[in-house]
Amino acid sequence: MARELTLRDALNEAMREEMQRDDRVFLMGEEVAEYNGAYKVSRGLLDEFGPKRVVDTPIAELGFAGIGVGAAMNGLRPIIEFMTWNFAVLAFDQIVNNAAKTLSQSAGEFSCPIVFRGPTGSAGQLAQQHSQTFESWMANTPGLKVISIVDPADAKGLLKSAIRDDDPVCMMESEQMYGLKGEVPEGEYLVPIGKAAIRREGSDVTIVSFNKMMEVVKPAAEELAKEGIEAEVIDLRTIRPLDYQTLVNSLKKTNRMVVVDESWPFAGVSSEIAYAMQKYAFDYLDAPITRLNAADTSLPYAPTFVEEYLPNPEKVIRAVKEVMYINA
Amino acid sequence: MSQVIEKKTSKKDSSSEATSSNGVSFSKETYLGWYETMQRIRKFEERALMMYSQNKIRGFLHVYIGQEAIAAALTTAVTSDDPIVTAYRQHGIGICRGLSTAACMAELFGKKTGANKGKGGSMHFFSKEHNYFGGNGIVGAQIPIGTGIAYAEYYRETKNLCVTMFGDGAARQGSLHESFNMAMLWNLPVLYICENNGYAMGTSVQRTSNVVDIHMIGDAYGMKHKAVDGMDVEKTHLAIKEAADHIRDGKGPYFLEIKTYRYRGHSVSDPAKYRTKEELTKYKERDPILILEDKILDAKIASEDELKDIQDAIKTEINEAVKFAEESEYPPASDLYTDNYLQEDYPFIRD
Repeated sequence: MARELTLRDALNEAMREEMQRDDRVFLMGEEVAEYNGAYKVSRGLLDEFGPKRVVDTPIAELGFAGIGVGAAMNGLRPIIEFMTWNFAVLAFDQIVNNAAKTLSQSAGEFSCPIVFRGPTGSAGQLAQQHSQTFESWMANTPGLKVISIVDPADAKGLLKSAIRDDDPVCMMESEQMYGLKGEVPEGEYLVPIGKAAIRREGSDVTIVSFNKMMEVVKPAAEELAKEGIEAEVIDLRTIRPLDYQTLVNSLKKTNRMVVVDESWPFAGVSSEIAYAMQKYAFDYLDAPITRLNAADTSLPYAPTFVEEYLPNPEKVIRAVKEVMYINA
Repeated sequence: MSQVIEKKTSKKDSSSEATSSNGVSFSKETYLGWYETMQRIRKFEERALMMYSQNKIRGFLHVYIGQEAIAAALTTAVTSDDPIVTAYRQHGIGICRGLSTAACMAELFGKKTGANKGKGGSMHFFSKEHNYFGGNGIVGAQIPIGTGIAYAEYYRETKNLCVTMFGDGAARQGSLHESFNMAMLWNLPVLYICENNGYAMGTSVQRTSNVVDIHMIGDAYGMKHKAVDGMDVEKTHLAIKEAADHIRDGKGPYFLEIKTYRYRGHSVSDPAKYRTKEELTKYKERDPILILEDKILDAKIASEDELKDIQDAIKTEINEAVKFAEESEYPPASDLYTDNYLQEDYPFIRD
């Protein structure tokens, strides 16, 4: 049995179930308790679990991220919500220098089972400081795991896995996709960290993407099908560790690949994938891998800039035709 | 490895703090325990500096020499169940918590027998067994972490408090202010100790803020605060004990500024040209070990021979620690891939 849930409610269920299951789990962040979450992801949790386990913080990202790290080192399993990952920049010291390194620098004496979560990426005309993606920043750091997902069912299963994981996990969601609906199974289930999902099978080209760019890729794939091009669409779901095997397997079948990634192009997820594919599937490539990233600029306010900056279905179709050597 | 006096003496002394006519407030065992802890740390670090000059130890080495009374006071003023977290000038705190000098020296040598298997070095000793949450290398990062460690104690409703230590430099980080604010807001069992040794690397306290009495920062958050002379182990013990009692009574966080002095530079590469010889000499006359030694002898708490016995035992212990470190192996290179993730089959990129 499945019911239709929004991403917001699926994430809410994940936290609720894990807090019911394990009393070491608590949620801390700005507006998570009395306001029920800036995006209502934590709706109802304060009522059910009380103010010790659903904790409103002052606006102090570095401070409450560090409190989470200390609590995790001392036996609890915190979920630290950032109102957006843009604000987590203030907390990078605690994520990168501490959560990620506690196990190594203590040589296994202390671990840091913590989840840092919140929305990432652009979300309408929010201008430069509220429109960035952080997958490649965080995934560059050994010690961390990084999930980036908007599919409601998988987001629920992955967040539950993240909360149970003994290593620190960064979970990246999407402001614009919290209302995205999907079939979510009833009852207990987990989705493993580190496994991509094939959302659409096809034999002509592989399109790899993640987070809300999946919602750009899906209509593009349908359009391409009308022209007789069958795209295999892969949702990475986890960025670190990346599921290279699923990508290689698909590339061996399609021989062509387009990566659609809302991050900036330099040293991003798309470059990592292109590198790995040429290394491990060079002989299977019929064309250079093409990527579609956000523009290599900050994102200004006006709608014309947003349109120019972001990948969209038309750009995806153009990129697919490029790797298929079809003149558009 | 010889441990001359292993016992924690805090419980015994809490009932015997009334000062007697000759100014002796504590048991002989306590005075000698403090003396031994300070000597152990001092001799360990003097030897570590020597080993550094022989290239046996590399990387950063920040020594605690001059500040040992604080570590000694911690052995009696809080319990071994109370977690402690501090910064990178941390050999003394790790040792006072009970880490063996052999394991610590081996760690400085980068050996697999080290306190942290050669993975931490001078800045990062950690021990779950001793409730020692480590040496943190980022100035001020341990302040929110210590607050979070305290959050877990509050969450589990224990009687423990987290001793969260930092220097005068870290007192200027935003992390301190964010932590103080939340600790007070949630009434967490946390004792903040600022070891004010006068210099943030080469910048004097006076050059970092108009607020030179650092403990006064507590006022901004309604936090109880006090300053104490950190060269006097008795005063330091009493101040920490008073703060710990305040916290354990549920009265909330406490900020203790312990005024101390480091004789050496910030690290081995620092010639400390930012201060005068006169200043250094003045503080060396107030050496915490000398002050305690004078007290013990003047008040006839113990004889010179008894102190000599402790010194000799420490000397033997440190010799053995160096020998142990010398003779131990480096960790195998393959251990590079351990302790990054608890997930045993984590797929590292290895191309």
